[in-house]
Amino acid sequence: MKHFSWKLLLVFAVIVAAIIYILPTFKPSLWPHKQINLGLDLQGGMHLVLEVDTAKAVESNVERIAQEIKERLKKKRIRNVTVDRIEEIRISVRVKNEETAANVKELLDDEFRDLTLSKSTDNGMVLFTLAIPDGESAHIEKLAVDQALETIRNRIDQFGVSEPDIRRQGETRILIQLPGVKDPQRAKDLIGRTALLEFKLVDDTGNLQAALKGNVPPGRQVLYKIDEDPETQRQSKTPFLLKKRTLLTGAYLTDARVQIDSQYNTPYVSLDFDKKGARIFERITGENVNKRLAIVLDQKVASAPVIQEKIAGGQARITGNFSMEEARDLAIVLRAGALPAPVVILEERTVGPSLGADSIRAGLISMCIGGILVVLFMILYYKGSGIIADFALALNIVLIAGGLAGFQATLTLPGIAGIILTIGMAVDANVIIFERIREELALGRTPRAAVDTGYERATLTILDANITTLIAAVVLFQFGTGAVKGFAVTLSLGVIASMFTALVMSRIIFDYILMRRKVKTVSI
Amino acid sequence: MQLIKRDINLDFIGKRKIAFFLSIVCILISIGSLILHRGPKYGIDFAGGTLIQVKFVSAVDTDNINSGLANIGLENSSIQDFGEQSANEYLIRTERPLVTSEGFSSDLEKALEESVGTDVEIRRLEMVGPQVGKDLREKALFAMFYALLFITIYISGRFELKWLISAVMAGALIGAVYVFKLFDVSIPFLIVAALAVTLILFWFLELKYAMGAIVALIHDVIITVGVFSIFDKEFTLPIIAALLTIIGYSLNDTIIVFDRIRENLRKHHRQPLNFIINRSINETLSRTILTSATTLFVVVALFVLGGGIIHDFAFSMIIGVLTGTYSSIYVASPILLIWQQLGKVK
Repeated sequence: MKHFSWKLLLVFAVIVAAIIYILPTFKPSLWPHKQINLGLDLQGGMHLVLEVDTAKAVESNVERIAQEIKERLKKKRIRNVTVDRIEEIRISVRVKNEETAANVKELLDDEFRDLTLSKSTDNGMVLFTLAIPDGESAHIEKLAVDQALETIRNRIDQFGVSEPDIRRQGETRILIQLPGVKDPQRAKDLIGRTALLEFKLVDDTGNLQAALKGNVPPGRQVLYKIDEDPETQRQSKTPFLLKKRTLLTGAYLTDARVQIDSQYNTPYVSLDFDKKGARIFERITGENVNKRLAIVLDQKVASAPVIQEKIAGGQARITGNFSMEEARDLAIVLRAGALPAPVVILEERTVGPSLGADSIRAGLISMCIGGILVVLFMILYYKGSGIIADFALALNIVLIAGGLAGFQATLTLPGIAGIILTIGMAVDANVIIFERIREELALGRTPRAAVDTGYERATLTILDANITTLIAAVVLFQFGTGAVKGFAVTLSLGVIASMFTALVMSRIIFDYILMRRKVKTVSI
Repeated sequence: MQLIKRDINLDFIGKRKIAFFLSIVCILISIGSLILHRGPKYGIDFAGGTLIQVKFVSAVDTDNINSGLANIGLENSSIQDFGEQSANEYLIRTERPLVTSEGFSSDLEKALEESVGTDVEIRRLEMVGPQVGKDLREKALFAMFYALLFITIYISGRFELKWLISAVMAGALIGAVYVFKLFDVSIPFLIVAALAVTLILFWFLELKYAMGAIVALIHDVIITVGVFSIFDKEFTLPIIAALLTIIGYSLNDTIIVFDRIRENLRKHHRQPLNFIINRSINETLSRTILTSATTLFVVVALFVLGGGIIHDFAFSMIIGVLTGTYSSIYVASPILLIWQQLGKVK
């Protein structure tokens, strides 16, 4: 008797715990405030896997160093030296005569000691080749991914998505989950944009026509300004011949805001530079009055106004044919900073909220119909015992729901399928027991003895049979992504719950009926 | 109520040759279909590509959808009815993973609305790059392999108390597979080879229950994959989940029969093995049929009412439940008998 009441207490505690965990899903204010999370496929939203092009991060790092070397050479008045980036990640420094070479060597030894250096001569020409050490470039790559993660997190925070999930996946990938995002296209554009802001001088003296034919002068590049008519969506491209050297980048920004031009009533983005940026901007504008300064965003010219006078105070503006929304997004990406390297979308799954709602409805309907069929069948086949099995089944679903909330697991569409499947398979444990009891009864045992041996014999079988399903579910969980993981979770919860309800709970009911009521026959 | 009489005694084992013949024919048809279709038809999860589910307000002509797609450079996409006829929903599929940035969905919406002349809603958009597709394909194969392997350790341990042998064997296999993976061996080939080695090892280590169970599982998986291939259905991540569940389910059935065989071996140790196996199958028949029935109820409900996304998942489960039930009666147990007969000859 003591044993019996101890089990009863356990069952009672489990049921109460499950119900406590389920309640917040319906009324969020209740303790423990853990709701059943719906997966992106049920509530709508976007799942993205991005790859950070880390090689590009190393390249731009090398490019920056090459620029620096050029500047140092200029400052030291060392002439007749050509500095180039070769093989993407190396820098070649070519010098005409030995005397200059010694000076160059001295400079490189003094200020660029963190690079590997090799020297060779080629009919009188001295060639220095510099490269970033392997360990260092691995570090740059890692840093690029970290920085990209941080930047994207900033952008999404400012865009305003509730409960985004942004995490690193493997070495170079970033996984982003945005539940319930209203405008997935806009979110994606915002996330994927490199947002590299550069200021470059327009070369008005150079030959643009020749450059367009492929004859670009050294140290120059051709970039386009793209205008799109908001009505017809037709684009026009205007080419610009720019000096390759970047004078100032968005790295010096402290703020970017949308403002409205009072004259034309169009939005523009105003930029605030920090102290150093302001000083550089003042110098550039001071040195280049009456020349055009191009504002380049992700290798496209945003605008190229003529510098009227020296601009102090560190403020600039980007104008263009922006809609309010575009201006707002541009301000967000500039504020959050540029990505250290471009990102590529490797995988995207977007589900609209209406489809999610349809899936939930279809899932619930098939769950109800399937459940009713099973419940009726069990009553028809096993009569009184069938009712016990059905009760166990109902409890099973309560336990799965409680488990989902308690473990903060995510319910997905395959997850609902898992619950439905569990309904079909959960009665299995009861079927095994009942069949055994019937066999024992047929051998002429008393109901009490038949139930006892039935459970005793069936227990091991049930454990064996369920553990194998559990193994499959655990492997699935390990391998699975998103939606499939949800299936593995509900399947495992279902298997565990069905073992509990069949072996512990339905047993208690049988015991109660047979002992307290002194029933002489089993309705089975 | 009782569907299956208590004293039922069908001669399952006597008909095992017919059953083997049937199984082999089914497997050959499955493999034949796979060869004809040049391997399984991968969905975008595994092949990479883009899938767009669109819903129109009123009925539309697929030709118009096509011309709309052509306007934005998606000429070679396949368009397929999705869900119920009245829903006006279509799946658009292209093989290449589209770079869907820069206003892609609004362009698509506009192009379709122009060509079709009714409002359209983009309900789902999935894009999987080729690299991710390849990764997922490998992961799926490994998941199947590991599930099979772990399950066999469990069976060998539980039924023949050979925990150590089977664990060592599985460890060696996992190690070997890992090493080969480093050398960039083709993964499907690797998995098939590993399974073959597993079966040979079972034979030499005399793990007959594990052998019976795993042959039944491979049988079920091949036939389910074959039926999918015959109906030209696609393999996606949820289908892999279904296959793994089928493995678990089929094994469930098999274990219950095996359990009874072990029990009866002790009870009737004077009887020949074929008598014991047949009796065990008959004794558990009622349970086998009942559980299959209740499981079929729910998966058929899911198949009919669960909506388009889960349709194929439910379909594979139906096939799996049917073959799983069949194989635990006609494949797994007879293998024990064959084993014994071969042993006698030896």
